[in-house]
Amino acid sequence: MTVESSFSLLGTLTPQDISFVQTFENPVMSEFIDGAAGSVLVIGMIIVAALLTYYRGWKTLWFDWLTSVDHKKVGIMYIVVAFVMLARAIIEGVLMRYQQSIAVNDPGVLTPDHFGQLFSTHGSIMIFFMAMPFITGMINYIMPQQIGARDVSFPLLNAISLWLTAAGAALVMISLVVGKFSTGGWTAYPPYTGIEFSPGEGVDYWIWSISLTSIGSTLTGVNFATTIYKNRAPGMTLFRMPLFCWTSLCTSVLMIFAMAPLTIATLMLALDRYAGFHFFTNDLGGNMMNYANLFWLFGHPEVYILILPAFGVFSEVISTFSGKTIYGYKSLVVATMSIAVLSFTVWLHHFFTMGQGANVNAIFGIATMLIGVPTGVKVYDWLLTMVRGRIRLTTAMLFSIMFLVTFVIGGLTGVILANPPVDFAVHNSLFLVAHFHNMVIPGVLFGMIAGYQFWFPKAFGFRLAERWGKASFWCWSFGFYLTFMPLYVLGLMGAMRRTVEWFRPEYLGWLQASFVGALLLFSGFILLIVQLIVSVRQRDQRRVPAGDPWDGRSLEWSNSAPPPEYNFAVIPEVSGQDAFTRLKEQGKAYASPAAYDDIIVPKNSIVAPVIGVGAIALGFALVWHIWWLVALGFVTIWGAVIARSFVTETERVIPASEVRADHEAWLQQVRECATTPREQEDTSANVGRAEVLA
Amino acid sequence: MKRQSLLHPGLNLGSTDEYSHDEAEPVIFGFWVFLMADLVLFAILFATYASMSVQGQAGGPSPTDVFDLPSAFIETMLLLSSSITFGMASLALKYKADRLHLVFWLVLTFCLGAGFIGMEVRDFWIMTQQGAVPQRSGFLSAFYMLVATHGIHVTAGLCWMIVMLVQLRVLGRTTEVKLRLMRLALFWHMLDIVWVCIFTFVYLFGVAL
Repeated sequence: MTVESSFSLLGTLTPQDISFVQTFENPVMSEFIDGAAGSVLVIGMIIVAALLTYYRGWKTLWFDWLTSVDHKKVGIMYIVVAFVMLARAIIEGVLMRYQQSIAVNDPGVLTPDHFGQLFSTHGSIMIFFMAMPFITGMINYIMPQQIGARDVSFPLLNAISLWLTAAGAALVMISLVVGKFSTGGWTAYPPYTGIEFSPGEGVDYWIWSISLTSIGSTLTGVNFATTIYKNRAPGMTLFRMPLFCWTSLCTSVLMIFAMAPLTIATLMLALDRYAGFHFFTNDLGGNMMNYANLFWLFGHPEVYILILPAFGVFSEVISTFSGKTIYGYKSLVVATMSIAVLSFTVWLHHFFTMGQGANVNAIFGIATMLIGVPTGVKVYDWLLTMVRGRIRLTTAMLFSIMFLVTFVIGGLTGVILANPPVDFAVHNSLFLVAHFHNMVIPGVLFGMIAGYQFWFPKAFGFRLAERWGKASFWCWSFGFYLTFMPLYVLGLMGAMRRTVEWFRPEYLGWLQASFVGALLLFSGFILLIVQLIVSVRQRDQRRVPAGDPWDGRSLEWSNSAPPPEYNFAVIPEVSGQDAFTRLKEQGKAYASPAAYDDIIVPKNSIVAPVIGVGAIALGFALVWHIWWLVALGFVTIWGAVIARSFVTETERVIPASEVRADHEAWLQQVRECATTPREQEDTSANVGRAEVLA
Repeated sequence: MKRQSLLHPGLNLGSTDEYSHDEAEPVIFGFWVFLMADLVLFAILFATYASMSVQGQAGGPSPTDVFDLPSAFIETMLLLSSSITFGMASLALKYKADRLHLVFWLVLTFCLGAGFIGMEVRDFWIMTQQGAVPQRSGFLSAFYMLVATHGIHVTAGLCWMIVMLVQLRVLGRTTEVKLRLMRLALFWHMLDIVWVCIFTFVYLFGVAL
C-alpha cells in the first residue's frame, strides 16, 4: 500500500484523470472513443436538464418521482435506470465485436487496456445495472397488484433500495468521465484485481458500485418476501398466486441468501486493496480460491435471481395470449422452487479447471445437469399451455416463443458444459461466452422486453405500437443468432474470451458475421426507442382507460390504467386462481363495492434521495481516497436514517368519499366502453374492456 | 381469534397493547428475514475464518500465541448478561406502564454492551502491540474481519439504543417506539448468539485445538 506523500483535498484525483484531458494529451483512436463516450454522457445530461427546464419539469420530477415511495413509481424508475444502462452496455458490446472483427493480425482501434475496461463494464452493467434493476422494477410494479396489495410492506425501504442501486449505476457512469474502470472483468478475480497488479482507481470503482447495489438488492429481497408472505389480499392463498408472484418470491429468497457472499467478497477485496489485508493475495496466507468460491456462491444463484422473474413473465404472457389458464400450475411452482434450491448446489461449475479433484467436479457436474430437469418441466408446461389455445401473436408473445426455442438451444450447450472433461476443453473460450449470452439474452432480456410490452398499457394507459415492436423483435432474434452462433464455432476453434487481437486468419469470417449480428441487436434496441416515441405521439388513439387491453387473467388488470395511487379502491376478495378471469366470467368484474373506507398511503419522503446522494458521494470519495467526503457521505446516510425515525407523520389519509368518487367515475366510464373482441386487440377499438366469452 | 393468527416468534405485545400488536406482525416478520440475511453474512465470515485460521498463518502468530482467553470469557459474560437485561427491558416494555423500568434496563444493557466493546478494543490493542496486526497473515485478516464485524454490529446496536432512549423521551411509548425496541431486542439477541459462536469456534477451538 502506498502512503500519500502530501494531503490533498481531492485525494488521489488529478486533472489528468478527466477523460477529456487524456484525449487531449494523447490523441489516439482509443482515447477518442473514450472521450466521445464521456462527452455523450455529459451532453446527454445537459440536454435532459435543458428539456426539464424548458418544459418546467423539475417540480414534477422531484415531487412526483424522485421523492415518491409508491411501488409503481419506484418500479418505473428502476426500469428507466435499466434502459439507460442497457443503452451504454449494448453500445459497448457492439464496439467489442467491431474491435474483434477487425483485429485479425492487426491491433484494431482499441488499446488492450481500453478493451479490458469495455468487457468489464459491459458485464458488470448488464448483470448489476441492467438486468437487476429491470427485474426489480418489474416485480415492484406488478407483484403488489397481482396479490391485491396497496404497496410493498416497506415502501420507504423500497425507495432506498432503488437509490442505492442508482448510486452504484451513477458510479459506473462517473468512471466514464473521471478516471478508468476496472479491467478485471465482471468477476474481478484477484490476485489480478489486487493492489499489486491493478493499482489505481479502476477496481475500486467496481468494488464500490457493486457493493452499493448488492446492499440495495438484499433489502429488496427482504421487502418483497415480506410483502408476498404478509400482504396478500383475503383469499389469495399461496397456491392461488399468479406464477409471476411465485417466481418473484423465489427470486427474493435467493436475494436474501445470495447477496451476502458478494458483499463480503467485495469488502474483503477492498480491505486487501486499501488496508493491506491478506484475504486473496498471493503471499502471507491469502487464498484467491476463497474469492472464487464466494463470488460464485453469489454468482450462480444470481443467474436464477435474474431468470426466474422472466420465467414468471413468460408464464403470464403465454397464458394470456393463448387465452387459457396456465398448464401444470403446481408443477411450475414446484419446478421454480426446485431451481431456487438447486441454484445453491452448483457454483463450483464456474471453476471446474481450478484444481478440485475429479470427484468433486463430478458431483457438481451432476448437480448442474439436474437443473435441466425442472427447467425442462417448465418448457413443456409452456408448450402445453399453447396447445389448443387461441394464440395471438403479439410482440410479447413473439418474444416468449422465440425464448422457448432459443433457450432450449442454450440449455443444451449448458448440459454440454456441465461435463467437467468438456468444460476443460472449452473453459474461458468464446463457446462459454456464446453459452451464457444464449441463456441470458433470451431468458432475461427477452423476458423483460416481453413484460415491458405486456404491462406498458397498464402502467401508462396506452398500448405500444405493435408494428414497431415486431420489427424490433425480428432484429433481436436474427441479431441474437447471427451474433452468438458464430461464437460457439469460434470457441470450438480455440478462440479465447476477452482477446483484443487475433493471429488466426480463419477466425475472420466468423468474427465479421458476429459483428453484423451485433449491429442487428443494436437496431433492435433502437427500434424499441422508436416504438416508444411513436406510441407516445399516438397515445390518444391507443388509450385503454378501462385497464384490461389483453383480456388479462390476474388482479392487476382489474383496476384502471394507469392504476390509482392506492391500486385498489377496495381490497378484492379472491376465490381462486386467475382471479380476474373468474370475476369476469361470473359477471362480478366492475361491480360497485358495497362500501368504501379511508385509505392510508405513505407520504413522499426526501430520505431516499438523500441517502442516494450520500451513497454516490461515499462511493466516489472511497474510490479517490477523499477521506473527508467519505466521512460526510457516511454521516449523511445514517443521519438521514436517524432523522427519519423522529418523523411521526409519515402517512396521509385519502378519505373514503374521494375514493368513492374516483372509483365510481371510473366504473361508469368502463361500463360505457364497448367490449373488444380479441381480433381487434391491436386497433383503436381496444379501449381496455375485454369481451367476455361465455 | 385474530390475535392468535397474528402471533410472531419472540415476545408478543398482544395481551397488553392490542393496537401495537396488530401493527407488529409484518414489521417483526420483515426484521426476522433481515436478520436471516445478516446471519448469512456471518456464516460466510465463519467459513472464511475456518479456511484461513490454520492454513493462512504464514509463519506468523497462531491463535494460541495471541488469544487472551480470560478476557474473551469476561466479554462473553458481559454480552450474555446484557441479553438478560434486555430481556428485562422487553418485559418492562410489555407489562410496566411507566418509563422508568424500561429506561433503567436499557441503560444497564447499554453499559454492559459498552463494556464489551471496551474490552474488545483493549484486546485488539494488545494484539497489535504484539505485532498481530491484520496485515501480518491471512489468519489474522480473517480473525479481525469476523470479530470486528460483530463488534461493529454491537456498536451499531449501542447507537440504536441511544437513539431509542432519546425517542422514549421525545416521542414517548408510541407504537413506533415499541416496535423499534422489539426489533432492537431481536438484533441484540442475535448478536449474542453470533458471539457464542465466535467464542466457541474462534477462541475455544483456537486455543484448545
